Amino acid sequence: MNHSISLTVNGARRDFVLDDPRVTLLDLLRERLDLTGTKKGCDRGQCGACTILVDGKRINSCLALAVSHDGADILTIEGVARGDQLHPVQAAFIAHDGFQCGFCTPGQIMSAIGMMQEAQAGNDPERIRECMSGNLCRCGAYAGIVDAVLEAQAGMDESNQRRSA
Amino acid sequence: MKQFDYLRPATVAEAVAAAAQPGAVYLAAGTNLLDLMKGGVSRPDRLVDVTHLDGLDQIERLADGSVRIGALMRNADLAHDADFAKSYPAVAEALLSGASAQLRNAATVGGNLLQRTRCAYFYDTASRCNKREVGGGCDARGGENRTHAVLGWSENCIATNPSDFCVPLVALDAVVEIEGRNGRREITLDALHRLPGDTPERDTALEPGDLIVAVRLPPAARGFAGHARYLKVRDRTSYAFAIVSASAALRIENGTIAEARLALGGVAAKPWRARAAEDVLRGVAPTADAFQEAAWRALSDAKPSGDNVFKIELARRIVVRALTLAAAGTPARIPALPASPFASTSGAIHV
Repeated sequence: MNHSISLTVNGARRDFVLDDPRVTLLDLLRERLDLTGTKKGCDRGQCGACTILVDGKRINSCLALAVSHDGADILTIEGVARGDQLHPVQAAFIAHDGFQCGFCTPGQIMSAIGMMQEAQAGNDPERIRECMSGNLCRCGAYAGIVDAVLEAQAGMDESNQRRSA
Repeated sequence: MKQFDYLRPATVAEAVAAAAQPGAVYLAAGTNLLDLMKGGVSRPDRLVDVTHLDGLDQIERLADGSVRIGALMRNADLAHDADFAKSYPAVAEALLSGASAQLRNAATVGGNLLQRTRCAYFYDTASRCNKREVGGGCDARGGENRTHAVLGWSENCIATNPSDFCVPLVALDAVVEIEGRNGRREITLDALHRLPGDTPERDTALEPGDLIVAVRLPPAARGFAGHARYLKVRDRTSYAFAIVSASAALRIENGTIAEARLALGGVAAKPWRARAAEDVLRGVAPTADAFQEAAWRALSDAKPSGDNVFKIELARRIVVRALTLAAAGTPARIPALPASPFASTSGAIHV
């Protein structure tokens, strides 16, 4: 039996007919839309490489059935920059060497963006490490990742202050 | 993953009828179920998706002072509900100590209650497991079992329940509302999870088609807000299941414990309410000696199921520490590392 779903992916509406309900959001993004920035690491919800935002919240796309997410608004790593202008979290990861091989990086960046929206970590490095614990980095770039998130968070706090001033 | 039929019922009644069929299971977020299906551990014929049902993701404060949590509420949304966290701080701390932020954003309240054990032999389909296959045998008994049960286990199964959330919930007398083929009923959370005995394949008291629609905390649960903690020892500080955990909640009046609640996690196939320990704390001062006595009572029936005798002493110490922290008062902010014995003082916004 076929299932029709529609999603908003990086701002554009996309319609799909699924002939198999076993397709995860991760596989749909990678195989049907060629959005391969979202990585398949463990495929079992343990590594965080597949992190995307669904309706503004970060989740593991490997454990989400596409057919169940009809109507969802999805943001992937391909949708965070504005043209050539990097998202502040992307720029901060470059500035602070927040990666080595780069495989976990899209998931790290999406997780950091989600975390900043959740506003639970602030500028406390211990909280950032705790709130980012769902993203593993086998190269061990954690120190740079925490520094990058701290800088991005500070930049966001500053721009919020400017806006409210 | 085995092929399955996917159904998306429009009402609870439709969902119950569809899920009562042999081979059918409910799908909420799927954070545990899909993992099990990918590994061939769970092989349902039919998934009944309840995530589009209306009205099951709300939190309601009832007139009698209880709170009713819809079964489809996300773990993170519940933990970050400021009023809920202020009234039931140990529940919020337990939620935030579980899994990762990504999983907490997806996983639901009902799904948390029904998550399966993390016993490696249950997950490994090449191993023998009585929980996965009736009469299949148990490779955990003679295998790697340092994290397995020390209370309530049987020769057939030594697996533990992995939930953090359920530990303070069972301490606070949570009630589970269930919609089934014969209509609505409710049972205590303590009666939801079963000990293995001779039927370890049955985790819970639920019957085919039963759908958890809400979890309720009774009015008295709010009375512990000033002295309530959850403490959890893990192999790593974050994003790991409990080796041992404890939730302690006290009602202290004029320097005396008027009422105590205590439950342990990671020690049995169910969240383990320690009523004998609660009894010895009633009417006494919150002292180290009293907490030691309570810890001995809580673990008096414990016995190792393998290479895990250390968990009994560890559990006693965690009980004493959780009671000591609860007596000192609920912190204004949840610690930076929720439920961690290694947490420093800074914390997340809590109240």
